[in-house]
Amino acid sequence: MLRRKKWIANLGQLLIPLIALALLLLFNLFRDPGFFAIRIAENSMGGKVLTGNLISIIDSASELAIIAMGMTLVTAACGGQDISVGAVGAISGAVFVKVLQGMGAITGPSVVLGLIACCLATILFKLFNGTLVAVFRIQPMIATLILYSCGRSIAYWINGDATPQLNSPILSAIGMTIPGIPVPTPIFAVLLVGLLLALVFKFTNISLYTQSVGINQGAARLNGINPTVIKLLSFVLLGVCVSVSSVIGISRLGQLNHKTLLVDIEMDAILAVAIGGNNLGGGKFKISGSILGAYIIQMLTTTLYAMNVSPVNVKAYKAIVIIIIVVAGSPVVKEKLAALMKKKKHGGINPALRKGVG
Amino acid sequence: MNGANNKRTRGREPLTDAQLLMTISIGIFVVMYALAMIFLGGGFLKVQQIFDLLNDNAALIIIACALTVVMIGGGINISVGGVISLTCMACAIFLNAHTGGLSIPLSVLLALGIGLGFGLMMGFLVSYLEIQPFIVSLAGMFLARGLTTMLSVNPVKVAHEGFLALVKAKIKIPWLGYVAQNGNLIPAKLEIGALIAICVVILMALMLRYMRFGRNIYALGGNRQSALMLGINIKSTCFWSYVLSGLLSGLAGYVFLMHKPAGNASVAMRSEMDAIAASIIGGTLLTGGVGNVIGTFFGVMILATIQKIIALSPLNASWWQEMASGAMLGFFIILQSVVLANRGKRRKNN
Repeated sequence: MLRRKKWIANLGQLLIPLIALALLLLFNLFRDPGFFAIRIAENSMGGKVLTGNLISIIDSASELAIIAMGMTLVTAACGGQDISVGAVGAISGAVFVKVLQGMGAITGPSVVLGLIACCLATILFKLFNGTLVAVFRIQPMIATLILYSCGRSIAYWINGDATPQLNSPILSAIGMTIPGIPVPTPIFAVLLVGLLLALVFKFTNISLYTQSVGINQGAARLNGINPTVIKLLSFVLLGVCVSVSSVIGISRLGQLNHKTLLVDIEMDAILAVAIGGNNLGGGKFKISGSILGAYIIQMLTTTLYAMNVSPVNVKAYKAIVIIIIVVAGSPVVKEKLAALMKKKKHGGINPALRKGVG
Repeated sequence: MNGANNKRTRGREPLTDAQLLMTISIGIFVVMYALAMIFLGGGFLKVQQIFDLLNDNAALIIIACALTVVMIGGGINISVGGVISLTCMACAIFLNAHTGGLSIPLSVLLALGIGLGFGLMMGFLVSYLEIQPFIVSLAGMFLARGLTTMLSVNPVKVAHEGFLALVKAKIKIPWLGYVAQNGNLIPAKLEIGALIAICVVILMALMLRYMRFGRNIYALGGNRQSALMLGINIKSTCFWSYVLSGLLSGLAGYVFLMHKPAGNASVAMRSEMDAIAASIIGGTLLTGGVGNVIGTFFGVMILATIQKIIALSPLNASWWQEMASGAMLGFFIILQSVVLANRGKRRKNN
């Protein structure tokens, strides 16, 4: 009994998102069991791939999940969100395509070179954001508002008005499936980025440092942690996540459109971080929560599409579900529920005399 | 607020942070406008130009005021743009369905009611359930945009004659006009929406400065804990600040409809970010407790003037415009940070 309670306590902030995910799955099970069907189908190139709603949910949430990981770090370290990820993603994509075009043919080395170049460019822009946040002490949302409002224009400026088409087996291997492997590649990208972050957290103290900077910057500094470096590092990691996502996004479509690449992903990413139970004010964080949040958002969208809700109306339903999830996760509601449960257990006597503070 | 007992000043109180930032933004607006007058001439030499800026940006001024009030209280409300589009659409459909004499006042009530509804919902979630304001207003934005497209995906033009007369009605001020080439005097024209926006700015400035509620908002944003200890009901202050911002965004939606009489799903896209930018340029801090509605007004005017200048210059392209406003925003943000940091240092030294 005690053991089970401990297990639940360890789950902590993941409880609400897990319940939400389970409810969504149950809802789909009752609505239409066919929703879960996974088939093997042939794609346009003759390879065998897995298809089905679940696969498409996990596949199309990849960009969001990767960016949500980076966003969690920035949120934890800086106590604010980066709203420029979509716009910087467009810049990153523009650089990627520019390098590919400059190299002529799309080959393995040129893709790698393009990836490195776009990574570097993205890190540069993220360092600009990070410097404003860490050195000039500007609120992250305000500091990133600059690139939010002009990032897509910079992407336009890098690549001209065109929406270049990129047809290459290498890119389709990145964006869709590698021939011979039936699982879409972006899923592996999420696993890879997640694994790398997990390894970094396992073997370094970055996670602890990030939390301490987010909880109390002054105290962290007195303990010998340099908050500026930690904040910049979180922005650099977010930059890497953004560039990976933008390359996936371009490869998936086989074209670059600086207006629609990763559009509005910043809002969904922040939402994923919040749904995952992370405090948007910084401090403790769980990246697994944000990844869960990303899949919840995508599952919600796919479910609504499966229910024949028109794409333009999806937002309204999404908003209602989001409100329900955040209300369920709100500290006040949790406290009230806990008090109610205790009352039942102890036969009407409310042992909690404490009042809700803050 | 602080620095009031600075010894170096002789008798006069020094400027507060908000006043300093506001003064900077007013100064920059004046300099920019003067430069535009000298180098671009033409339209900028006429009073009508300022009136046009007001006419075109009346709704933005109102939502920027709404955001400033919430931001001073330490919150944020990014649903304002969505509420504008929902209000426009709902009122356009309502006006097309009802042509009676009471339909215009009723449509005003509808607009205010939608804004009030959103304000009540978000205020309750933020203040009483203590959910993060960014997420709450993001959900509000999704809800408003989604409801707009549910009402109609296609643009709805208002055909109500009484309302169209209201759209065309302009306040003519002859002595601010100019003489056209053919010798006719063309009076300066101000739209009703612009007048409403100016009234909102003045009312909000008075409310924040002289009313208990306004003072409470500053206290709440400055330091939540101290405000609580001073006996301010922080929850209800926070709640009503969101209700006020919702009401104002409903009003902004109606003003927008009076400027462009058509409901459209893509109306006021990203205007919430413009409003935030205007508030910041005007000297409001997102951390709360510092800000000024007059500054916000000049923030909107600065953004509008940049757009106008770029539209008249040879670099007329939307991407240049975006880059220039981005650069301008960056300049202001860094300037603010440097100014505030210097003041902080000086205060420490004293």
